[in-house]
Amino acid sequence: MHRVIERVLLKGPVLTDGAWGTQLQQRGLGVGEFPDLWNLEKPERVKEVAKSYVEAGSQIILTNTFGANRIRLREVGAAEKIVQINRSGVEISRQAAAGCAKVFASMGPSGKFLLNGDVSQEELRNTFEEQAQTLAEAGAEGLVVETMSDLDEARLAVAAAHETGLPVIACMVFDSGRDKDRTMMGQTPQEAARVLTEAGADVIGANCGQGIGGFVAVCRRLRSVSNHPIWIKPNAGLPTVHEGKPQYHVKPDEFAAFVPELIAAGANFIGGCCGTSPEFVAAMARRRESDASGQFSI
Amino acid sequence: MLPVENSNQRMIHLKSLQDAVINGNANIAQTVTAQALAEGIDPLELVNGYLVPAMAEVGRRFETNEYFVPELLIAARAMKAALTLIRPLLVARGEKPAGRVVIGTVKGDLHDIGKNLVVSLLEGGGFEVVDLGANVSPERFIAAIREKDIRIVAMSALLTTTMPAMKSTIEALKAAGLRPKVKVLVGGAPVTQQYADEIGADGYSANAVGAVALAKMAAAA
Repeated sequence: MHRVIERVLLKGPVLTDGAWGTQLQQRGLGVGEFPDLWNLEKPERVKEVAKSYVEAGSQIILTNTFGANRIRLREVGAAEKIVQINRSGVEISRQAAAGCAKVFASMGPSGKFLLNGDVSQEELRNTFEEQAQTLAEAGAEGLVVETMSDLDEARLAVAAAHETGLPVIACMVFDSGRDKDRTMMGQTPQEAARVLTEAGADVIGANCGQGIGGFVAVCRRLRSVSNHPIWIKPNAGLPTVHEGKPQYHVKPDEFAAFVPELIAAGANFIGGCCGTSPEFVAAMARRRESDASGQFSI
Repeated sequence: MLPVENSNQRMIHLKSLQDAVINGNANIAQTVTAQALAEGIDPLELVNGYLVPAMAEVGRRFETNEYFVPELLIAARAMKAALTLIRPLLVARGEKPAGRVVIGTVKGDLHDIGKNLVVSLLEGGGFEVVDLGANVSPERFIAAIREKDIRIVAMSALLTTTMPAMKSTIEALKAAGLRPKVKVLVGGAPVTQQYADEIGADGYSANAVGAVALAKMAAAA
């Protein structure tokens, strides 16, 4: 196990953070605006989000760099700012963490399809290497390859992140098929565990795509084939749209109620994805304190 | 070229076209199609007798979790390989495509993976597709509809934050007086039937296979 991960997990399962995009929208990020650009345009707003998670009890917070790879930045005409955006993203989270939480940097997918020939393996490899190196140089303490739908792309991102020597968390979206237990490409949690581990992931997991209930079975299946620590970040259910705005209906306490079950299924890191907020992290922290079993004792 | 001596052998020979599409083998699909056409087999028979049933089988396998996105994509590609040989012959004798669709990811949304998959399957299903790409403004949809005399508009959004652009595009179609003329189909991860109803779309599909079925219904309407 990577020594950073080993140390972090010394006292048991760890609370991570919740959503960033929806939190930034509450602070004025407009429809279709690219969140990562705010690292340069409105760093104080981004820092508010980061800080709110630290205050809620997150022991690891991520960075506002999910889309800050060259392929996606090029689409919004900001490729030349790639270094500043990633560097600023790490600095903002580090300032907000102020030593009270670890800062793991977020790396999302390219948005391109390998299978369709939209992008080549070589281009993806270069893209992820560039972002991973930039984040590492900026002082990230770990790298989180997240919201991946294609195991081939995830594998390239993980390998690129692994080269930095930082601990690498790799998580896929399992939201396809009848039982919502496959990636978009049809891969099972077991296949994902194998491929991601071979590519150099120190922690494997699942995020986004569906509500927390569906994550228990996915987590159990990851655990059934792997001894690696598991990272889980579910959505606050699936949103409905009301007056042009997405609304998530799962309440923080309902969400937190699943935490013991997830831990029993093998989860080591738990946080939230789309629609979750600092209130969700706080609810999970409360749940931890009141959990008599002591299983969730950090 | 395989010698074709009787109708029984011919059937076996053409069955391999169907299998090639189901298994996503574009090379075989194209080779067999070329042979069949050279032998004077009616192109429409190839489409209706073998290619359409093949895609139906692919759709069935998708519904039953035997197939996922990769299998859909390669099947659509094999179908397209066969159709590139067949379509010019059909056009030359005045047969029309299954329908003409303009498609795009809505304004503000740069995601095109799901949309591209639907394009492949629509083309595989015999549609003529005008693909406007991602981040498509209502004005560009309108221009394409007018220019190409299109009756089916397909919109995709991957983000809850960009979904409202579907509504504004429909409103723009109304303002342009085009709404009665076109069927509007919507899809994408956060989109639901409820949302489609709310914004007055004509159809919603949760996946790419369903999108082709919707487009066929829209074309027939």
